[in-house]
Amino acid sequence: MYTLTGLKFKNPTILAAGILGTTGASLCRVAREGGAGGVVSKSIGPMPKTGHPNPSMVKFECGFLNAMGLPNPSYPSFLQELDIAKKDSGVPVIASIFGGNPAEFKEVAEGLLPAKPDAFELNVSCPHAEGYGAAVGSNPCLVEAITATVKETVNVPVWVKLTPNVSDITCIGSAAESGGADAVVAINTLKGMAIDIESGYPVLGNRSGGLSGKAVKPVAVKCVYDLYTALEIPVIGVGGMSSWQDAVEMMMAGAAAVQIGSAVYDRLDIFSEISKGIETFLQRKGYSDVKELIGLSHEMV
Amino acid sequence: MLPLNATIVRIDEESPSVRTFFFDFQFETMKPGQFVMVWVRGVDEVPMGLSSKNSITVQKVGEATSKLFELKEGNSFGLRGPFGKGFSLPSEGEKTLVIAGGVGAAPLAPYAEAARSAGSEVHTVLGARSADDLLFEKFFAETGEISISTDDGSKGTKGFVTDVLNSLDLSVYDKIAVCGPEIMMASVFRLLEDRKVLERSEFSLHRYFKCGIGVCGACCIDKSGLRVCRDGPVFSGVQLLNSELGKYTRDASGRRVKI
Repeated sequence: MYTLTGLKFKNPTILAAGILGTTGASLCRVAREGGAGGVVSKSIGPMPKTGHPNPSMVKFECGFLNAMGLPNPSYPSFLQELDIAKKDSGVPVIASIFGGNPAEFKEVAEGLLPAKPDAFELNVSCPHAEGYGAAVGSNPCLVEAITATVKETVNVPVWVKLTPNVSDITCIGSAAESGGADAVVAINTLKGMAIDIESGYPVLGNRSGGLSGKAVKPVAVKCVYDLYTALEIPVIGVGGMSSWQDAVEMMMAGAAAVQIGSAVYDRLDIFSEISKGIETFLQRKGYSDVKELIGLSHEMV
Repeated sequence: MLPLNATIVRIDEESPSVRTFFFDFQFETMKPGQFVMVWVRGVDEVPMGLSSKNSITVQKVGEATSKLFELKEGNSFGLRGPFGKGFSLPSEGEKTLVIAGGVGAAPLAPYAEAARSAGSEVHTVLGARSADDLLFEKFFAETGEISISTDDGSKGTKGFVTDVLNSLDLSVYDKIAVCGPEIMMASVFRLLEDRKVLERSEFSLHRYFKCGIGVCGACCIDKSGLRVCRDGPVFSGVQLLNSELGKYTRDASGRRVKI
C-alpha cells in the first residue's frame, strides 16, 4: 500500500485524466486488468459537451497529438458511471472536473459528491478548450480562487493539474498551494499542431491541440523537478510515462506518484508492468521504500 | 500515423443511399471486419468498415457522409488504418454463415470472399429494407449459397434476417459472422443464444469513435469496458453476453442513448 494525500493506493501508478475514463466499466477495467493503483475520470463539466470534430487524436513516432475538446456527459449523467467505478474498481477513484470559473467548479464538485469520489482533480490545464482548462489555468489568481472554492466545497483531497504552457509553472503551482491544494499534477499536454501537406488542412478537427507521449517526458521531468523545489505539497508526475525507467526518473525528479495516459495505446497492463518494474528496481538498489526515490536527484550535487 | 491521402478512382452507386468509393492504394494487411478512419477534410473524420482492400462502402447518414457523396473521381480524402480486430476466418472444410443487414454487408463482403478462399462453404443471409437496398447480392452469390429477406417483401422472404434464420439448422455452421443495424444484431444475438450456437458467432459493433486508436475511451461498452475501436469492432458472441448490445449506446458527449 502506498499513501498519497491521505489516500491508499495499491501502487504509485495512476490512470491519467481523459484516458479510458468516460465510463465506469472502462475505469474498472483499467484498475482490474491494467493494474492501476488508482484511476482519474474523464474531465467532467457543468454542461454536456460533444467536443471538437474529428480527427481528435493522431499518433506520431514521438508521441500523440490530441484535441478532444472536453467531451463529457456533464455531472448529472456521470454520477452513475462514477458509482460503478467506486463500487467495482477496488482502487481510489479521482473525479477530474472543469469549469470556466470558481462557481462552475463548485457546481460540478458538489454535483459529483453523492457518488463519493476519493478525491478531485481540477483540470485547469487543457490546452485547447476555449474558456476552460489552460484559459483559466494560466492565471494564478484564478487558480488560487478555484482551488480555494473547491476545497471549501468538498472534504476529500483536491489535486490541481497544471499546464506547462506558461512562462513559469511554479508560479501556478504556488497559487494552487495557496488555495489549499493537497497536491499538484504536472503536466498536461504541450500545445502542438500538425498539417496535412497533401491538402494544407491542419490534421486535428480543432486545428491544433496538445502533445503527449515520449516527446514530452523531458519537459515533464523538468516541470516536476522545479515544482518539487518550489512547493511543500506532493507533486504527481505525468507526461510521457511509458516504462518503469520513466517512472523512476520522474520520481527522482520529485514525483510522489506517476500518472500514465497515452501509453495505454501500447498495452493496458502497462500499470502492472511499471509498478512491478519499480519494485524490482528498489530491490536491486537496496531501497527499503519507494519514498526514498522521491526527489533523490535534488540531493545529487 | 497521419492520414494517408486517398484519391478516388471509381465510385459505384450500390443503392439510392449507398456508394462504394474505390481509392488509389490497397491496405494489403487488411483483415475483413477492420475499419479505417475516413477524414473528410474540414468537416469530420468517421469510422468505416473496409469493403475491400481499396474501398469503403458508405451510407449517406450525416454531415461527413453527405460531404463525401459530393466528392467525384479524382477528389481525395484522408484515411487512417486499418484499425481494430476483424472477423476470424474459418479453416478449410468448415462451414460459414454470414448474416448481413443493410450497409452491414460492407465488411462482410470481403469476409465471405476470404472464407471461400480459405476453403469454407459459405452461406449468406442478406437482409435489407427492399430489393433496391440489397448490397452486394451478386458478390455474395458468387461466394456460395445466398438467402434474402426484405422488410417489404420485394425480394426473398418478407421480413427480417431472423425469419430466414428460423428455418435454418444453425448447428451445422462452424463460424457465424454478423453485421447490421443494432436492433437486427440484437435479434440475431438472442436467436443464436436460444439455439446454443453463440460461441461460434462474431458481431461487428458500431459506436461513436473519438480517437479511433484505443486511448480516449469514448467507445467503451458495458459491462466489460472493452473498446469497440481497439478490442473490436468485431466481438465474439460470448464477449457480448450481458452487454449493452441492443439496449443503449453513447453519444459524442458520453451520455447513454436508448437504442
